[in-house]
Amino acid sequence: MTIDRRSFLAGASASATILAAPGLVQAQGAGPIKVGEINSYTAQPAFLKPYRQGWELALEQINAGGGVLGRKIETIFRDDGGKPEDAVRHAGDLINAEKVDLLSGGFLSNVGLAIADFANQNKRLYVASEPLSDAIVWAKGNRYTFRLRPSTYMQAAMLVEEAAKLPAKKWAIVAPNYEYGQSAVKWFKDLLKKAKPDVEFVAEQFPALGRIDAGATVQALEASKPDAIFNVTFGGDLTNFVRQGNTRGLFEGRTVVSMLTGEPEYLDPLGAEAPVGWIVTGYPQADIKTPEHVKFREAYMKKFNDYPRLGSVVGFDTMNSIGAALTKAGSTETEKLVDALKGLKFPSAFGAAEYRAVDHQSTLGAYVGKTALKDGKGVMVDWSYRDGAKYLPSDAEVKVLRPAG
Amino acid sequence: MDPGPPLRSAQDDARFRDSHQAPHGSCMIDLILTQTLNGLASASSLFLVASGLSIIFGVTRIVNFAHGSLYMLGAYLAWTLVGRFGPADALGFWGGVLVAAVLTGLIGVVIEVLILRRIYQAPELFQLLATFGVVLMLQDVALGIWGAEDKIGPRAPGFKSFVVIFGNRFPTYELFLIAVGPIVLLILWLLFQKTRWGTLVRAATQDREMVGALGVNQRLLFTSVFAFGSMLAGLGGALQLPREAVTLHMDLAMISEAFVVVVVGGLGSVTGAYLAAVLIGILHAFGILIFPKITLVLVFLVMAVGLVVKPYGLMGKAPVGHSRAHGPPEPLLLPADGPTKLAGLIGLVILALVPLLAPDHILLTLTELVIFALFATSLHFMMGPGGMASFGHAAYFGLGAYGAALAVKWLGAPMEPALLLAPFLAGIAGVVFGWFCVRLSGVYLAMLTLAFAQIAWATAFQSVDLTGGDNGILGVWPSAWAASKTVYYYLTLSICAAAIVALRLTIFSPFGYGLRAARDNALRAEAIGLDVVRIQWVAFAVAAFCAGIAGGLFAFFKGSVFPTYMAIPRSVDALLMVLLGGVQTVSGPIIGAFAYAGLSEQLMKMTMYWRFVLGLSIVLLVVLFPRGLVGTALALRERWRKEPQPAVSLVEAKP
Repeated sequence: MTIDRRSFLAGASASATILAAPGLVQAQGAGPIKVGEINSYTAQPAFLKPYRQGWELALEQINAGGGVLGRKIETIFRDDGGKPEDAVRHAGDLINAEKVDLLSGGFLSNVGLAIADFANQNKRLYVASEPLSDAIVWAKGNRYTFRLRPSTYMQAAMLVEEAAKLPAKKWAIVAPNYEYGQSAVKWFKDLLKKAKPDVEFVAEQFPALGRIDAGATVQALEASKPDAIFNVTFGGDLTNFVRQGNTRGLFEGRTVVSMLTGEPEYLDPLGAEAPVGWIVTGYPQADIKTPEHVKFREAYMKKFNDYPRLGSVVGFDTMNSIGAALTKAGSTETEKLVDALKGLKFPSAFGAAEYRAVDHQSTLGAYVGKTALKDGKGVMVDWSYRDGAKYLPSDAEVKVLRPAG
Repeated sequence: MDPGPPLRSAQDDARFRDSHQAPHGSCMIDLILTQTLNGLASASSLFLVASGLSIIFGVTRIVNFAHGSLYMLGAYLAWTLVGRFGPADALGFWGGVLVAAVLTGLIGVVIEVLILRRIYQAPELFQLLATFGVVLMLQDVALGIWGAEDKIGPRAPGFKSFVVIFGNRFPTYELFLIAVGPIVLLILWLLFQKTRWGTLVRAATQDREMVGALGVNQRLLFTSVFAFGSMLAGLGGALQLPREAVTLHMDLAMISEAFVVVVVGGLGSVTGAYLAAVLIGILHAFGILIFPKITLVLVFLVMAVGLVVKPYGLMGKAPVGHSRAHGPPEPLLLPADGPTKLAGLIGLVILALVPLLAPDHILLTLTELVIFALFATSLHFMMGPGGMASFGHAAYFGLGAYGAALAVKWLGAPMEPALLLAPFLAGIAGVVFGWFCVRLSGVYLAMLTLAFAQIAWATAFQSVDLTGGDNGILGVWPSAWAASKTVYYYLTLSICAAAIVALRLTIFSPFGYGLRAARDNALRAEAIGLDVVRIQWVAFAVAAFCAGIAGGLFAFFKGSVFPTYMAIPRSVDALLMVLLGGVQTVSGPIIGAFAYAGLSEQLMKMTMYWRFVLGLSIVLLVVLFPRGLVGTALALRERWRKEPQPAVSLVEAKP
């Protein structure tokens, strides 16, 4: 059978009419709801591969349950290669060419800020999943941007609570030299000074991200003879720092308080060299027995045949919070979605959380505990969940920090 | 198990007493001595990688960007092999390290035979493009094979512990590394002085053509040199195993530093590389004590000072004969003939008509491509007719963007004056940096531009109060009248087209002829009364100014400015665009910009493995178009026109 042009056109217009009919009834409801997800997938694969898997799990669950607003959700993933300017290009392309209904993602703080500013300029919703920078909801916060993860401030505040209980007076600090490291240090110092005015900071090291000269850095910290150490490095820098520190005895008789080190992404590669007794924020994935988490973990293990990392939780929760927002708004219209997200309560793998209306920060928390060795692997012990809502400044203070209101 | 608290109190008190009783003077001296040892230990692996790079450059004149990737592969291979052979066993460990080095050497052979061998006759620096393609491919290959998670290697048998030196614990493995550097240096020296192969390598480093003329098998020599250099990189990576995590970022972290070592030491000089590695290792160790925040830029500061003081590095010599000796001579650039002018005009008309036909998102892509076309053309202006390759052209692009953003942020300026101001910040930097750069030539000049770019980058990165640091400057949006995509596109197109035409006219102006004369033969140019240094200086500043125009437009296009705008990858992008288009042509950079930026943009959208596909496409394009896209097209047209005259085939001479 051959199809000539005329019969093709006739057939096409007939089927178009049929397809268009239910569309008329359901106004905007024909196709799937599209989410444009921009992240540094190739530049930061250790975090973002589990992130994407967590995301896909939540997406699958939502769509298996019939989607939201009677429509399926579809995600268009884009890799920014770690460059804010490429992220902005994707944002423009996703909105103009792919006609996505909202944007999400971002790993590095500057990428997150670039997308947030783009979203504000173009009046589109952006759900920032991972970027930790405080600026994204405070100094540079805007109406169209919400952030899921506990910020640098919140994680520093959780650790300060523990650090203030220690007898240590003289602190040394090591942090990667970029915004995340600098603001973690700033908050840690400010908050600890407030809690314990007699502490002093005797040494600060700011190695370039991914380029730590670990031997020399350890030596420089050792030379200041601190009572305790605050560490902000992660990834390869952390591994090198721990190995040199172990050999050179930097950690002996000193307590280390450390950001993110309890996350499987950074603790697991250390293997048997994982430090012992560090006070850390993290994610003891094998031991959390809350029903939400057990359900999440089992589904994840079943789908991917691998245990979840913290990235998986962030991806999972971001997608779920977007789903909850769409349901609450009853629409994909940006302004309605923004209003729905303000004060939105959503289920997360760590229990219920909420996007605060006052600054668009979610109250998702983190686990704080101590590192230990178990069967030649680093684990977290004596941990407890810290609800993010308790580690944020008062609303009055937030209003000062967030000029956008 | 949690030995933290019980251990604490007792030891803590002891420490407290220690720090109060220890006499400060001896403490200080101990620290200085220990940091010296730390510096020497880091110097060793740096030296291994850099010496390989230096030898390869010396003989083949290839700026091997993939050298850092070979270093990374060495580390990953060692991780796998040592794990398989048994890390606890001395034979298993050291055997694994050596096999990993040899395997990396073999990978080097594959790269040389499959890719580089085909393009030795291409214009200078063209091979850089191919090696960059290899970098991209290997990044995805490593991710595919070894996965995203960092790997931590076992400690070396026999070197697991520490000794107490100068009152501090010092790992024995670091002591071993300190010894490795001089040992390898000695082996290399013996190899170069006492073997026939070494003699040939030295001879080729000095005068490649002469070695060829004397009947030495150059192919074999080049392949073996590339393999040997790769092996050294692999060994450097493998030896890091007990010391550092194996990560996917090792390649780019190492390559820039290795280049610095090679250049500070003097190209082709192995002893120089060792001295430079030690210098940089030790500076790092002490830089941490004094300026903990500027460790990254410290090496580039050293390189800038070093090159200004010693233009050919610590142990390097001024090149013998003319420096641009390889490949056929530069073809004569001719003003566009009728058909070419027509083609250019048609291209411009098409670009001007696009908004009437195409949807919005095409405009966004095109705006970016047009900006990159000007960026690439400005680099080509100094690199092609000027003969001054720049590895740091992004500095001026970034300074243009910052000029615009700072004007908006601090002066509250609207778009129009900010756009006017932008190129001047870049141009002024071009005048200052250029004054130093034009006194050098070849790769030394290129590396000095890189050093200045890194210094500019670090300034933007560190001046948090002024520039917002790495969080950048946000809210740099166009004025209301230019806010629509179409209007901004026309604004960009008209400014960029005007600037590109102006640059093109300059190339065929008396100034442009003077510039080309200075490039082709500085002595003769001087003899007929041209002030070579001044001409090159002006060209440098003009190129910087035009890159600044592109940067300013880019800032308002993206709405925000970040230090990444002047980071190394952006400079490399510009270089790739120019080389891909054809450095020996005038319209090459425009085609190159559209091809490269368009290709990478599309690939990034299509696949998560875009790096592999992009790398592969670059390698294929390089092999298929060994003079760049436009260069090869022109050569073909030339051949087609003059088919009957066999003499022209000289130009097309294949190796």
